[in-house]
Amino acid sequence: MPKSFTVLAGKAVRYVARLRGGGSALPGLFVERISPRFVPDTLAQLPHGVVVISGTNGKTTTTKMVVALLESQGLNVFTNRTGSNFVRGVAAALLGEIDVKGRLQADIAVLELDEAHAVKFVEIVPPRHSLLLNVMRDQLDRFGEIDTTAKMLERIALATTDTVVANREDNRILKATSTLDTSATVRYFGLSSKLRPQFPNDDDLHEAGARKASRKVASSEANKSPVADVTLKDFNEKGAAFTIAKKDFVTPLKLKGVYNIYNSAAALALVRAITLDASVHSLLGALSTVTPAFGRGETLTVGGQPLELVLVKNPSGFRLGLESYDPDGYATMIAVNDNYADGRDMSWLWDVDFTKLTDHPVRVSGVRAYDMALRLQYDEVAIEKVEPELQKALSGFIEAHAEMPKRIYCTYTAMLALRKELSKITHVEVIS
Amino acid sequence: MSNTPKPITILQLYPRDMNIYGDQGNVQVLTRRLEWYGYTPNVITYNPGDTLPKNVDIVIGGGGQDSGQERIHADLLKIGPILKKWADGGVPMLMVCGLYQLFGHFFQTLNNTRLDGIGILDVTTYGTTERLIGNIVLESATFGEIIGYENHSGQTFLGENVQPLANVIKGAGNNAKDGNEGAVYKNVIGTYLHGSLLPKNPKLADFFIKTAAMRRYGSFSNDLIDDMFADLAREIARERPR
Repeated sequence: MPKSFTVLAGKAVRYVARLRGGGSALPGLFVERISPRFVPDTLAQLPHGVVVISGTNGKTTTTKMVVALLESQGLNVFTNRTGSNFVRGVAAALLGEIDVKGRLQADIAVLELDEAHAVKFVEIVPPRHSLLLNVMRDQLDRFGEIDTTAKMLERIALATTDTVVANREDNRILKATSTLDTSATVRYFGLSSKLRPQFPNDDDLHEAGARKASRKVASSEANKSPVADVTLKDFNEKGAAFTIAKKDFVTPLKLKGVYNIYNSAAALALVRAITLDASVHSLLGALSTVTPAFGRGETLTVGGQPLELVLVKNPSGFRLGLESYDPDGYATMIAVNDNYADGRDMSWLWDVDFTKLTDHPVRVSGVRAYDMALRLQYDEVAIEKVEPELQKALSGFIEAHAEMPKRIYCTYTAMLALRKELSKITHVEVIS
Repeated sequence: MSNTPKPITILQLYPRDMNIYGDQGNVQVLTRRLEWYGYTPNVITYNPGDTLPKNVDIVIGGGGQDSGQERIHADLLKIGPILKKWADGGVPMLMVCGLYQLFGHFFQTLNNTRLDGIGILDVTTYGTTERLIGNIVLESATFGEIIGYENHSGQTFLGENVQPLANVIKGAGNNAKDGNEGAVYKNVIGTYLHGSLLPKNPKLADFFIKTAAMRRYGSFSNDLIDDMFADLAREIARERPR
């Protein structure tokens, strides 16, 4: 099939799909079918190659940071901005960026891919750089078991040709990358020993009832762990302190949430591996302007009061969200759906500790509102109201707490529905 | 209720390695309901190499990954005879998924290696490539309707010395053929339902609590617990796609 035909036909499908109002992967599926070499051939043109970012939590915000940091170094970056992170999602995104001859006007591609799709993707397109963020229990009904997920990240690392950037504090990632049979370099990002207890990894989270013991193990392991290129040393609500190549730096940040701040260390380490001569000060300057990705601590204004949307999709993310955001002075709602993109299995709610909300009555909504209410009952958290229907729940929540800041923890499809409702009454950033 | 503290000891087996998909929720539901009924729950976690307590009222265990099963296997075989003695004596036990399998005679993996179990339950399990996964609804003569979520690739077959926990109304259960789920021996229940099992099935939770209380104190609290949210969550879960 001639390439220009593939491109034109794909663009046409993309246009029609847009008119239908959705389906960002459909045109990609079309191109994938008629020209399977389209994605690898198009990406092979890039002078700085392909970067793959994978892991359970924080991919979208980290990708946003990496793109901003690379752009601050004068690079033209192609990225899969829609969060549609399948191979065909990448194909669809490419179709929007290339000219009719199939040329991509970019220096480097930064792609956010979930673990299972990343494995398939790197078989077709070996990345020059990869970033492995974390392995947490996420929708295990899709991937099977957590060790399987770790193996997937190992395969991404093995396919990487230049540098693998990895999370030193994640036991499974550390294990996979420290014994890697590859010619690629491995660099790490990490946490200071002071911060380590604030960022539980999957093993810590599942050491139920024995949290203190796991801390001891973790810190003794830290003694023999490799040196990190970028270490998050400390942070507060205004900014963060990093140790980068053994020197200390401080920067203000607009990002919210402790895990976003840790992932900024990941983004810095990755971009330092890509642009070896970038000055730390210019990177930190760019980092200080990055805002959270949509639904990842995104703040809207409703009736003159802030309304924060916090996407939660697995126990660790939910738990870290609850640890990141102080419930004092905020009205809280939790919206839980169980559609395919959310995960059908509700068991994950029982791996989250909600006792932080004990003194703050919570509204619950979503298809599985009563599962959420049941969960809160057993943590003895007061329930203000249960309204499974999202539209009604949202308007009731806003009315009841008109005079105070609000926060909604929501699963993926609940977030999409809530954003749609909110866009009728306030400015909501459009996601292209 | 009198003010004398009435302790009930729960032994949680291998929480470090066998505790997945919200298994912790089962322990939490038992401890909270015990408190609400006026008892004083005391959870003892047991990991490989620990010392077993002399007396326990309830034993509970969860699922894990293959690597978790391997890590606890030798230790489980070591404490197997004590667990068996307790089980024969009527101690109520709930074993979910991975520990359900190892409470049976053996787990045979896909490449034909056999992981011996401790044989408290007359069941055998075979690894398969098929993952039985999704919402599941059961009907039990003793407990009525049981609602949960299953996620396993091992398939379990029952021998003559156990009863199935329930018949499968929607979903797969023990294996892809027999149409039953779980196994019961005396007061030991093995099952593939996590999700978690006990929060959405308060009747089952109360079976463990009541059995433990009767064995230890000869009576059971008549306090009432408001299970409205559990009832409503069950109504929704029953109708959700697999």
